Amino acid sequence: MTELLVGTKKGLFVLEGEPGAEYEVKTRAFAGQPVEYAMRDPRSGRVLATVTSAFYGPKVWYADDPSGEWEQADGLALPEGGDEALERIWTIVPGEDDETVYAGGDPGVLFESHDGGLSWELNRALWEHRIRESWEPGGGGLCLHSIVPWPGDPDRLALGLSAVGIWLTEDGGKTWRHGNDGIRPRYLPDDAPADTIQLCIHNLHRAPKRPERLFMQFHGGVYRSDDAGETWTDISAGLPSDFGFPLVVDPADPDSAYVIPLVADMDRVTPDGRVRVYETRDAGATWTPRGQKQCEDEHHCAGISASRIGVTHASLSRS
Amino acid sequence: MALVKLRGPLKERAGGESEHSVNAATVGEALRELERSWPALGGWILDERGRIRRHINVFVNGEQEREGTAVASDDRIDVLPAISGG
Repeated sequence: MTELLVGTKKGLFVLEGEPGAEYEVKTRAFAGQPVEYAMRDPRSGRVLATVTSAFYGPKVWYADDPSGEWEQADGLALPEGGDEALERIWTIVPGEDDETVYAGGDPGVLFESHDGGLSWELNRALWEHRIRESWEPGGGGLCLHSIVPWPGDPDRLALGLSAVGIWLTEDGGKTWRHGNDGIRPRYLPDDAPADTIQLCIHNLHRAPKRPERLFMQFHGGVYRSDDAGETWTDISAGLPSDFGFPLVVDPADPDSAYVIPLVADMDRVTPDGRVRVYETRDAGATWTPRGQKQCEDEHHCAGISASRIGVTHASLSRS
Repeated sequence: MALVKLRGPLKERAGGESEHSVNAATVGEALRELERSWPALGGWILDERGRIRRHINVFVNGEQEREGTAVASDDRIDVLPAISGG
């Protein structure tokens, strides 16, 4: 049995079924409220969901059984009395030790939990970073949407933020530095400083079998890093467009990644009106369209669906 | 003491009681005091800046007011989710 947690603007839907068969909606939680992200932590079995009520603000909730009672997690707030308020929690990601969970949000904030998501605290080093005053939001806000642990090493983490680039730590979040070399933002003037951090990261993932390898969807460009995010190489040649948002990697194959290109930032629809997943199996050297029109048979067909407030993905292509 | 009236989820998070008497000189103070008295309500009406959340409306004796509005001991403060859209 496979469980799918689907966050929508109208609540959380929990689906169950067998791959390739019809899924059944087992429950709906947070009816009428936007659920930005939901995940079941494989270590504890606990479900965590981020809900941004239009009225009462962003919260994280947890439950062992999503059909039962949900409890509000503590501590997801910015320091009181400041000039900013927490706008949204974009993602929740398990850490590399038993109890650590990370949450990323707007305005560019990282929260850590060391009790499996029941209570949280702000990562102060990122919050108090010396150049934070120069941080600018992207179209969706100043969102920390990608949190990428390093398998087996709880001290190493990479973050993707829109629109302030890639951030790296090797000391468990005590200090942070950029990892932006090689990223070329076309939306800035040619003579913009080479060390600009006005970098609109859309999505970031690590290849678990080769942790120094990262794939990144940029606001104009698909990139790969083979040195843990220090430097980046544009691998968009062969795609119909280098703009998009969804990106996933194959957990078993560090050379395989999937994107769904959109026409352009000023025309955010799929090319030719067809949703097509583009797959690389050679780390970005070549890309192949996958989708219903390209299915050779049921074993060579991949699909990813995305929404504005989250990403849902499923594939039949790599068994 | 001013009387704060809550409904829906706010009432549930304030011990299930809809009416709460608070000592406060302003609307903001009244709401902060209420959130302090009921920790489960913390952050549901006021954000970290101490501002009333964008889609929460607060009325004092039927008139919509903001954080700095003065309140007297016999004032009634209604806290309601805003009606937005069509």
